[in-house]
Amino acid sequence: MNDMINLSRRSFIKSTALVAGGLVVAFSIPQAKRFMGVANAAEAMPLPAPNAFLRIGADDSITVMLAHSEMGQGVWTTLPMLIADELDADWSKVKVEHAPAAPAYIHTAYGIQITGGSSTTWSEFDRYRQAGALTRALLLQAAAKQWNVPVAGLRTENGAVINGKKKLTYGQLVETASQLETPTSVTLKKPEQWKFIGKATKRLDSAEKINGTAKFGQDVQFDSLKVAMVARSPVFGTKLKSVDDSAARQVPGVIKVVKVPTGVAVIAEHYWAAKQGREALKLAWDLDGHDKPDSAALLKQYQALAQQPGVQAAKAGDIASASKQAKQTISAEYVLPYLSHAPMEPLNCAVKISDQGCDIWTGTQMQTTDQAAAAKILGLKPDQVKIHTQFLGGGFGRRANPRADFVSEAVEVAKAAGLPVKTVWSREDDVKGGFYRPMFMHRATVALDQQGKPLAWQQTLVGQSIIKGTPFEGVMIKDGIDATSVEGVADSPYVKGTANHQVHLHSVQSDVPVLWWRSVGHSHSGFVMESLIDELAHASKQDPLTYRRQLLKDHPRHLAALNLAADKAGWGKPLPSGVFRGIAVHESFGSYVAQVAEVSVKEGEVKVHRVVVAIDCGLAVNPDGVKAQMESSVAYALGAALSSEISFKDGQVVQSNFHDYQVLRMKDMPKVDVHIVASKEKMGGVGEPGVPPLAPAVANAVFAATGKRIRRLPIGDQLA
Amino acid sequence: MKLTINGKETELNVSEDMPILWAIRDVAGMTGTKFGCGMAQCGACTVHLDGQAIRSCVTPVSAAVGKKITTIEAMQEDKVGQAVQAAWQQIDVVQCGYCQSGQIMSATSLLKQNPTPSDADIDAAMSGNICRCGTYQRIRTAIHEAAAKLA
Repeated sequence: MNDMINLSRRSFIKSTALVAGGLVVAFSIPQAKRFMGVANAAEAMPLPAPNAFLRIGADDSITVMLAHSEMGQGVWTTLPMLIADELDADWSKVKVEHAPAAPAYIHTAYGIQITGGSSTTWSEFDRYRQAGALTRALLLQAAAKQWNVPVAGLRTENGAVINGKKKLTYGQLVETASQLETPTSVTLKKPEQWKFIGKATKRLDSAEKINGTAKFGQDVQFDSLKVAMVARSPVFGTKLKSVDDSAARQVPGVIKVVKVPTGVAVIAEHYWAAKQGREALKLAWDLDGHDKPDSAALLKQYQALAQQPGVQAAKAGDIASASKQAKQTISAEYVLPYLSHAPMEPLNCAVKISDQGCDIWTGTQMQTTDQAAAAKILGLKPDQVKIHTQFLGGGFGRRANPRADFVSEAVEVAKAAGLPVKTVWSREDDVKGGFYRPMFMHRATVALDQQGKPLAWQQTLVGQSIIKGTPFEGVMIKDGIDATSVEGVADSPYVKGTANHQVHLHSVQSDVPVLWWRSVGHSHSGFVMESLIDELAHASKQDPLTYRRQLLKDHPRHLAALNLAADKAGWGKPLPSGVFRGIAVHESFGSYVAQVAEVSVKEGEVKVHRVVVAIDCGLAVNPDGVKAQMESSVAYALGAALSSEISFKDGQVVQSNFHDYQVLRMKDMPKVDVHIVASKEKMGGVGEPGVPPLAPAVANAVFAATGKRIRRLPIGDQLA
Repeated sequence: MKLTINGKETELNVSEDMPILWAIRDVAGMTGTKFGCGMAQCGACTVHLDGQAIRSCVTPVSAAVGKKITTIEAMQEDKVGQAVQAAWQQIDVVQCGYCQSGQIMSATSLLKQNPTPSDADIDAAMSGNICRCGTYQRIRTAIHEAAAKLA
């Protein structure tokens, strides 16, 4: 972590300049790897100005440009911490801005500008520290020049260069620094020199988010900006047959009604008029002969498929002959529903098209694909599309759409209307509008030996592919397997640790749009694997913790998390009457999370009293941020486990708003105790890995309490 | 329509049936109050009407005539609101932040009616405010913290 970073002229695009009264340090570091196929489109674009990770003002302000989007996960604070440590910044002077969509801000591992995969902190750990270190070196040189002394005798502290009793603040050095060559090598600090990294640090976006001044996409307003709502087909994949908009046009405040590829847009002075205008539309959709999804029929279809061989995702040994040695064989079917992300801020996107190009204001997790999609619709070059990323009122994956759905639609609306327009979704539009976590079924058969150890493990998954049909298909689907469908199963330590195993996948075709939902494939595979393991422990009459420890004995990071959670929860010690424990551990996004849930079941109602979480994410840059993400993951996953479900009847989504798409509320929030494993291992993510173990920990506790095995989510009224 | 928003009399050109939420946001241009569901299910739009927490997304402006609307923008001048905001910062409650205007308006209203709420009181008063980031545990702690500071 303290290695000398050498940046050759070729790899280091020098660009220091005074821009708008400040010092801009811009550089790019070659991308380690690019696995998403759209990278090249962004690469060809010129650097915008100002382009930087860091800007120092003559007023001593330090503005950190965020290459990733703040959606609650706390990168607005974490990335500045990385810079502040290397820069010896005055923390009270640090400001943050979302960066524009530009090649300089491309993800160091993924090759496009994206916030996802719980990857921001580890993927920026070097780049942001280097930005801070290079700037500090430059400021030292500037001070040396101003004082006419060697750099060696100078030091930096709290936003200033110090020479004995003399001091120059960074702001006072900006002008001199802007005339100097940026250094080409820097030495990063040793961990023991860190003042911010590894210390619980309060969020930098707190003040504006509690006084109502923080700007979300929904809050973008300017004089010429109108509001649109789009009427979309009630059945996915079907088209508009006819529209009578005569009544809609009479609604006071309605300005225009235009057709767009996704339906009919009503453009109005404000949301209320747009909504009333949309309600006044008379629409006919071409539904005849079109496939109409139905949840009961889907379940039957999935069950039938799960009995058939699919595409092979993993294989070792010989299942058939190994199974002959079995003492017992456990078979189980698990089903998980479609889920909506339901971020608090309904989707929205403001678009202004001009002769020069297009400006887009929205909360997005995937600037590169949104920019490319808008450019294509308008016949522009990507760099003519400016994306102004606003705070995201929750993302959870919904705002990272390879198909750029809500941005593309908003661009179409503005284009058809010939006006600057903010397209706004209602909550009903959000719940009914798709891009769900796909429904999944797993069928598993595990043969156990005398001691209860798995001899053979066979598992078949059925569900839609998230990646198929997107620009990422070419690089993310290999040999017919979408890795995001089988993650957590094909690479499970339990499966791989079983000499004879086989994992098959059926990728179902459907018009129901699907997308990554916080923890992606792990959102179903974590539940299935950790419930199954509990079934196997029970079948072999072993304590679920002991059983896991044996199977994970060669997986120290799983074990460390498991043991810490069990220890802090007091596994095996008495609980209040009627309260039972369940445990689960799951690796995802490079982090290892174990959870112990304390649960009681009364009259069919599940009450989760406490969840003890242990995480090994490697270095925890902001430990309080890690804790917040674990608390958040418990709440997000518990709502889904207890009551969330998107279902279909006659081709239409049944649910519409928070009264029937139920999520966790205050009264059902358990106490969450988070413990971070002291770890020097490789850094992983924290936004998602807390989600997968929650549902199985709760369901395993329900089994301990009632003897009923939960094999279908949500739990709903299954215990009634 | 003449409305009193944060102590200021404001003339807005809106129809009687327009929900207060849209009059505040889209006509008066005050965007601190948030739209989340449009049917009083999530609490993001919570404002005070004559001191009572209401869901502005389902309350027409006609119901506010002659009454005082108070929004998140005025909480810095409110003693209880101030204490709630300070506790929110101290506990580092926020994540995405979108629901927090509504959470703070509900919490402030709770503390004005019940200066020492129990966990059960908090559950009852706050379960109408959804937070998809799941900041509930910290909201609970922050409400107790604000109550202690105000005592």
